[in-house]
Amino acid sequence: MNITEKILARASGKSSVAPDDIIFANVDKAMIHDVSGPGVIKVFEKLQKQGISTDRLWNSSKVWVAEDHFVPSAEKISAENIVKLTKFTKQYGIEKHFKYGMGQYGICHTLSHEEAMVLPGEVYVGGDSHTNTTGALGAFACGLGHTDVAYVLLNGRIWFKIPETLYFKLNGKLPDHMMAKDLILKIIGDIGTEGAAYYAMQFGGSGISEMSVESRLTLCNMTTEAGAKNGIIEPDQKIFDYLSQRGATKYTPVYGDADAEYAKVYEYEASELEPTIAKPYSPENIATVRDIAGVELDKSYIGSCTGAKYEDLEAAAKILKGRQVKIRTEVLPAAISIYKRAMENGLIKIFLDAGVTVGPPTCGACCGAHMGVLAKDEICISTTNRNFPGRMGHVESQTYLASPLVAAASAVTGKITDPRDL
Amino acid sequence: MVSSIVTPLDRPNVDTDQIVPKQFLKLVQRTGFGKFLFHDWRFDQNNTPKKEFVLNDSKYTGSHILVSGDNFGCGSSREHAAWAIKDYGFDVVIAPSFADIFYNNCFKNGILPISLPKEIVNDLMKTDSVVHVDLASQTIQYNSKSIHFDIDGSRKKTLLEGLDDIAITLQHENKITSFEKNHVL
Repeated sequence: MNITEKILARASGKSSVAPDDIIFANVDKAMIHDVSGPGVIKVFEKLQKQGISTDRLWNSSKVWVAEDHFVPSAEKISAENIVKLTKFTKQYGIEKHFKYGMGQYGICHTLSHEEAMVLPGEVYVGGDSHTNTTGALGAFACGLGHTDVAYVLLNGRIWFKIPETLYFKLNGKLPDHMMAKDLILKIIGDIGTEGAAYYAMQFGGSGISEMSVESRLTLCNMTTEAGAKNGIIEPDQKIFDYLSQRGATKYTPVYGDADAEYAKVYEYEASELEPTIAKPYSPENIATVRDIAGVELDKSYIGSCTGAKYEDLEAAAKILKGRQVKIRTEVLPAAISIYKRAMENGLIKIFLDAGVTVGPPTCGACCGAHMGVLAKDEICISTTNRNFPGRMGHVESQTYLASPLVAAASAVTGKITDPRDL
Repeated sequence: MVSSIVTPLDRPNVDTDQIVPKQFLKLVQRTGFGKFLFHDWRFDQNNTPKKEFVLNDSKYTGSHILVSGDNFGCGSSREHAAWAIKDYGFDVVIAPSFADIFYNNCFKNGILPISLPKEIVNDLMKTDSVVHVDLASQTIQYNSKSIHFDIDGSRKKTLLEGLDDIAITLQHENKITSFEKNHVL
């Protein structure tokens, strides 16, 4: 069995499972945020009307809550949803509620690793499609709809069909002008936005071992854009060190067997890859940055669970140091802990000196909700994960998805720019 | 059994951002989302219906069957997308393939998602005839054609009996309780 199969076998009390088996897995952790949380509350209300008890959760200590999509509240409905969410966590005794304005808070998928909320070998589900992100720590992580999350919160279990696994092998270390974002965009371009529909996407090889934990998170984050059930990487010492720095030491990592099977293996040579960008209006619509260099931009957005982790900010700062931005540029660190480190290490000053506006952690403009959305015909380069029509604002705005290095280099010139050509 | 003409939305990768744009996500009532369905495609900036968009063609008023391209429902996991489709009046969505989370959300909200080969989906998009979808016999009939579709048995039961996963589990409450009594740790 491979790692995904082994985690799900263990979680369902079976000695072995195979693709297409239906299993009922015990869930280790579950997450809701300020969009899925109110949705779950609605499902609870419906169940109560049907006479089904929602008096207590299966295990309040395994549930955690993030405020990210609509904070800071731009209008009263969002504000009311936060109040509703707060009442919910109080009622059910959920202690891990990361509140805007009260210390550590941020984008749910960023908190999942910054706060070591999810550990190797665990089954983790969340009310958000990018829950796949945290599979990079060696867990089975996937997103669910509101009704399914409500079911998990009450029962601590959920059924899964065991997915087949696509294995992506990266040979060699990515060169300095490349980031994990370039690789995952290239992969999505190659297999398409439904190329991994209901598959697990597993990453491995020497290039992945060389990668930092945060880079691995970027890879798994965008498995969602290829339709994958989950993204996963076998954990190694880098993961264990990362988690122990965050106080987590008790867990049992799971690894695939030597004879693990994969539906298909894709190989990439790091030395042959190029900085990559996804053009409007699909993450699969890729080009090399040099191929479309020169496209005029209105804005550069460095934010989101995909592209505002600490190393993403570091990469942007490397480019922006001592330079000025030519277009409206925003940096929104993905969590307060990252914001703080960026401040302590001088990155925030580099951004401000370059003319960038630094904002609070939020999903904000990534999902076109608030905090810097695009007007009609505006063109944005963004470190986020989706560029569907209207994703970041007006339905006739355009978003190019790129790495923080490319987004920062393009901010400096006002045009799409390969960082090597700056 | 659902019988109606089909509404053809001939494009692949219809994502949940299009099905229900983000500005409506903060609303959590499950009903009334129909008016937001495909909002940015249906209406211009002044909230005037765009003539060229298929849902604004009066020919399709009252249609309960939506037919679209590959990978329908990709993107965000928002269950609002299923709420909007159902509330607008669609009971059946037919496409060559669906995104996983959306596909699951359909069953929780009384929508039947049917995956069929591309040629058949393309043919369905072209027909003006009434299409009959029968879940019990798993067949689609139109223009004297009869097409079988696959669906998982437990999901079929979910829709036919109007149950969701939680209600299905509770049907076995006696068994669960007795199991728990006999397996005390």
